[in-house]
Amino acid sequence: MSAVANTQAAHSGHHHADLHQHKESFISKFVFSHDHKMISKQFLVTAIIMAWIAMIMSVIFRLQIAWPGESFAFTHFFLGEKWAPGGVLSSTMYLALVTIHGTIMVFFVLTGGLSGTFSNLLIPYQIGARDMASGFINMLSYWFFLTASIIMIFSLFVESGPAAGGWTVYPPLSALPQAIPGSGTGMTLWLFSMVLFVAGSLMGSLNYIVTVMNLRTKGMKMTRLPLTIWALLLTAIVGVLAFPVLVSAVVLLIMDRMMGTSFYLSEIHIAGEALDHMGGSPILYQHLFWFLGHPEVYIVILPAFGISSEVISTMSRKPIFGYRAMIGSLMAISFLSFIVWAHHMFISGMNPFLGSVFVFTTVLIAIPSAVKVFNYLTTLWRGNIIFSPGMLFSIGMVSTFIAGGLTGIILADSALDIQVHDTYFVIAHFHMVMGVSAIFAMFAGIYHWFPKMYGRMMSTKLGYLHFWTTFICAFGVFIPMHYVGLAGGPRRYYNYTEFPMFNGGVADLNHIISVFAIIGAAAQIIFTYNFFRSIFLGQKAVQNPWHSNTLEWTTPVEHIHGNWPGPLPTVYRWPYDYSKPGKLEDYVPQTVPLEDGEEEH
Amino acid sequence: MTTLLILAVIVLAFLVVMRLHRVSDLAAALRGEREELIPEKDNRTSGRMMWVVGFIYLALFTWIPIHFKSVFLPPPASTQGVWIDAMFHFNWIMLGIVFYITNIALFYFAGKYFHRPGKKAFWYPHNNRLELLWTVIPAVVLIVVIIYGLYVWNRITAAPDPGTMEVEVYGKQFDWTIRYPGKDKQLGATDFRLIDGDNPLGIVTGNVVTKRLADLQKELEQAEVDRAAQAEIQPTDQLADMDDHIAHIRRMREGIMNLGILMKEDIATNGGNSKYLHGADDQVTKEFHLPQNVDVELLIRSQDVIHSVYLPHMRAQMNAVPGMTTRMHLVPTITTDSMRLVTNNPEFDYILLCNKVCGISHYNMQIPLTVEKPGAFKVWSILLPSFENKSKVADEAPADSSKAKVATDTTAVATTTETKKN
Repeated sequence: MSAVANTQAAHSGHHHADLHQHKESFISKFVFSHDHKMISKQFLVTAIIMAWIAMIMSVIFRLQIAWPGESFAFTHFFLGEKWAPGGVLSSTMYLALVTIHGTIMVFFVLTGGLSGTFSNLLIPYQIGARDMASGFINMLSYWFFLTASIIMIFSLFVESGPAAGGWTVYPPLSALPQAIPGSGTGMTLWLFSMVLFVAGSLMGSLNYIVTVMNLRTKGMKMTRLPLTIWALLLTAIVGVLAFPVLVSAVVLLIMDRMMGTSFYLSEIHIAGEALDHMGGSPILYQHLFWFLGHPEVYIVILPAFGISSEVISTMSRKPIFGYRAMIGSLMAISFLSFIVWAHHMFISGMNPFLGSVFVFTTVLIAIPSAVKVFNYLTTLWRGNIIFSPGMLFSIGMVSTFIAGGLTGIILADSALDIQVHDTYFVIAHFHMVMGVSAIFAMFAGIYHWFPKMYGRMMSTKLGYLHFWTTFICAFGVFIPMHYVGLAGGPRRYYNYTEFPMFNGGVADLNHIISVFAIIGAAAQIIFTYNFFRSIFLGQKAVQNPWHSNTLEWTTPVEHIHGNWPGPLPTVYRWPYDYSKPGKLEDYVPQTVPLEDGEEEH
Repeated sequence: MTTLLILAVIVLAFLVVMRLHRVSDLAAALRGEREELIPEKDNRTSGRMMWVVGFIYLALFTWIPIHFKSVFLPPPASTQGVWIDAMFHFNWIMLGIVFYITNIALFYFAGKYFHRPGKKAFWYPHNNRLELLWTVIPAVVLIVVIIYGLYVWNRITAAPDPGTMEVEVYGKQFDWTIRYPGKDKQLGATDFRLIDGDNPLGIVTGNVVTKRLADLQKELEQAEVDRAAQAEIQPTDQLADMDDHIAHIRRMREGIMNLGILMKEDIATNGGNSKYLHGADDQVTKEFHLPQNVDVELLIRSQDVIHSVYLPHMRAQMNAVPGMTTRMHLVPTITTDSMRLVTNNPEFDYILLCNKVCGISHYNMQIPLTVEKPGAFKVWSILLPSFENKSKVADEAPADSSKAKVATDTTAVATTTETKKN
């Protein structure tokens, strides 16, 4: 957090000179800030730190998967003698790393980091509001998120190790410390961290919904909202409906662990002893978990859709194709996301008929997703594309979304899922479709709105370097991974050396994957350097660097309370009047009134 | 020391890059360049890069499956495997077409329409007909995908014919145990409270229940004696633990007593068909054999956490869930020997591996599967010792395989005796 604080200190000279700025103490301004702009930066920097931790974890276990049993100074440096004796990752820690990598990436980076950052930044700015509906709850939402992050990181240091049952923490494995060391204190911390995370996320989401519903400026009809806001609004709604179910799942698990209840446990004989638990069902947990877990992947990808729609339209200098269809497909995806959860459970022992219902609903999601992809393609068609780093990442996002979305159709089909369930095919699929796609959109958003966040520009040249290495490495990692899965390679295996069938080509593929993963991870140094350096030393931004139509670019470069120095702007048109025929410029901001006889679009 | 040196080098390299970047940055600023004003040259280069990288991507995507053909699984070794593979091929063709079309369009458009000064983009905000078209076409294609998928799924998950051979696959950290039904062709009842070294699956028989009750009685008495002896010495929390332990033993004993009553009632009602009478001749083994071309239903259970029975060569998978029995049935079609010829690998074995994370040795929870001609399977399975005799042998003297074989033949007698006893 200190980085953000320092930046702001660097700017504080200007702030104090500003007439609209009332005096604030350091604490109320940089730490316990109620200001949506500051909170969004807090989310972002926390997420970047968390992402680094999770990414280093992935490098460590990729080293082990590709070169099992070999000693690495890198591994030893981070894990020490206890978890990596002689530099060789232990199998206990291996499982802990994949678990925490998944948890951090899904929840702390792609949920907190993505929708936390951009909802906070963009909602008030793009709807023309002075701040969130409740600045205080907004602040609390961040502090719950930060506390949850700290507890999650702290769990890495407990003696029995962090949670190690996979990020889905299925009981009984996660309920019984006898089953795996990570299910001791580490798991307790994991559960408490998630409860706090969800509490924070709910506060944030409710705030976002209320703000979008009530604080839109004059003329900002719902059909004039930028797609980012639509996406963030729907994300918040999905979050409010889905996250509490995770809490219920977690609370029941806590009770099974600590109070001897039997919600998820039944007829277990472990460590030479029969347990008292009778009558519970582990499948109940899976239903509860995935009732959140599936909407969760849309909570991750919807903001990514919003950001890439906005950036692609702006930088193609072309209106987004099929604005209403885009909103419709966002809504359809949000709705369907609630009735597909059991496609994670085709082979869990659930009734096969139930499985067929979920095949139907799941495959349906491909329709709105296809519409979105075709609309992106049509937006690019005959555009006038300016390749800013943000634009490159948005195009990258479309590409990875296509690759990951198509394999989703394979996994949605229960009969095919029998073969590839829990193999690396699944890992490749969801990393492509929600991992890489969402992180690309997050990068796109950061490059695109950095001038709005920090009043400075990020280096474009470094952005290019970052994009191309990351893009190539993403494919280098995840395309071969599909074939490991098709070869029958199970996920969460410490090594494959016990299986002759995985020794030839699969081992080669694993080498390729790991090499790309390491290069890809190193490439993030470029980004991190560019990000933090630009905060202090980047070129000073102009007010509307991308010649964009949306309201955030009508605010002054220097951040002020209430965003607009004078009265709030009035909106007269949709946000995508790019290259409109008959206009001199290739953009018409939303605040420009319609000319006589001009049609709204 | 080396670590420190490496770190120092990294930090230094980082600083150098930073300085260099700063210099180039200052030079750019002097030239009046702005980050957001992307020069035409860079737009053109990025556009060309889109073409190049897009081409390499699609080329590699096509090349990998050809080059790494060897990683793919050998031909499916079960009937459902054949259906699944056929469905995979159909889906791959469908998806492949969409994949190439959309990616080519994406990289081609991105590369072609880079920004040129003075040019204006084409104003094209919507086209209802086009949007309808690409909603309806995917919908129709997906309906076909769904119908085909559900057809195969229903075939695979359809209930097996009555009388289908049942085999139990039992998972625990970190190995698999197989149980064959023995002469009566029916698997006996089990209870997790009866699990011990001699009875790894907790098979219920009259003897087992009696013995377990006696053991628990002894254990309980011992625990109570210990508790009384320690009452003065131990701190209260230790004593509370001991009380908990005693309560636990009592509950176990109560549970098994109830089980005994249930068993008696069930035998009284169902006579020789009672599930409690089928356990004695069950054959528990660490070897997994299946007959070729016979529909086999696997009854899958777990002792501790969730495991998953994954038979990649059979294209078959089902979770093992503690507290319940899951089922799947399949017809193995290729014997292990034939598959060794097909794969040209004399070492080849079908493998059953655990595919749901289950603990620190999850990565090595496997058991080879031998598929053989029904005749050979019959010979092999007849020679397996039955549960009742195996445990008797274990009780009386050190296990002797020849004795166990003889004992197998007396299973029927043992079962009858037990019926009387109950």
